[in-house]
Amino acid sequence: MSVHIMSTKFYYTIWIALLCLTVVTAAVSFVDLGPFNTIVALVIATIKALLVVLFFMHVKYTSEKLTKIVIVSAIFWLFLLLALSMADYATRLLS
Amino acid sequence: MLSDSPIAVEEHGPELLHHFANAEQQRDAASLGMWLFLATEVMFFGGMFCAYLIYRYWYYNEFAAGSRSLDIYLGTINTAVLICSSLTVALGVRAAQMGKRKLLVILLLLTIVFGFAFLGIKGVEWYNKYKEHHIPGPSFNVDDLVRDYPQIHIDPRHEQIYFSLYFAMTGLHALHMIIGVGIFAFLTFYAWKGRYTPKYYTPVELGGLYWHFVDIVWIYLFPLLYLIDRKPLR
Repeated sequence: MSVHIMSTKFYYTIWIALLCLTVVTAAVSFVDLGPFNTIVALVIATIKALLVVLFFMHVKYTSEKLTKIVIVSAIFWLFLLLALSMADYATRLLS
Repeated sequence: MLSDSPIAVEEHGPELLHHFANAEQQRDAASLGMWLFLATEVMFFGGMFCAYLIYRYWYYNEFAAGSRSLDIYLGTINTAVLICSSLTVALGVRAAQMGKRKLLVILLLLTIVFGFAFLGIKGVEWYNKYKEHHIPGPSFNVDDLVRDYPQIHIDPRHEQIYFSLYFAMTGLHALHMIIGVGIFAFLTFYAWKGRYTPKYYTPVELGGLYWHFVDIVWIYLFPLLYLIDRKPLR
């Protein structure tokens, strides 16, 4: 991993974007979008998480491929845990 | 060191322990270890998110009513506080990279202040829940929610599951915050002593990764706990 020093302006931009998205997600929750309320909230949360991981945690600028494999694996395991659990519960008839 | 030496041997110090070939290799190894730890943390929190998902699927009404009873303003402010702390951490790592000792100490201290602010606001929210008898246990009572939301059918036992998950998830997150504040107190002390230089600032970087991870957990907890159903009731 080569050391990559970003400008303070860059960090402030990410910070402002994160704050704006926080206000947007709180405000949108009061608008009736039907089932899309949850989807919008999760999409905004994921964009925020991506901003933090890629720029604050420097994943975008690290040349270490192993780090990226670890991150993708972690997300994949989490996906397996949630998706396979729900595949059971969502298709089970409750007596 | 001889210029024609076949293997470049660097000076050894905290930035280069004897079993690493060079400082870059040591930094990469430390960083990879931290990311592996964070992957186990994803699974640790993942179990709770899975329990949340299943019960939310079963008892959506109670989850919606419980979510409405949380203070969305304090929740939003706390999200902003954590985002500000992530900024001071990112700027702190930058200060360490550039060898600005004073700036690093100030930014680490600011991060601790934001950490305590978050925990303080969280404490106020928990105390409000205590006053409302929303803490699962013998004194648990949701008659106020049944009265406030006649449109939603609420089973108090299922409501208790929502609040159990609320306290378990925010509690586990708060525990991570407390550990984070401890780590940053340690970093501040050694930064002030001048241990971190542009050649060696790995502890600051790894502490920063941990702090950002805890921030990301909250980024998901906020919509999942506070924003389940806020639209006007018909």
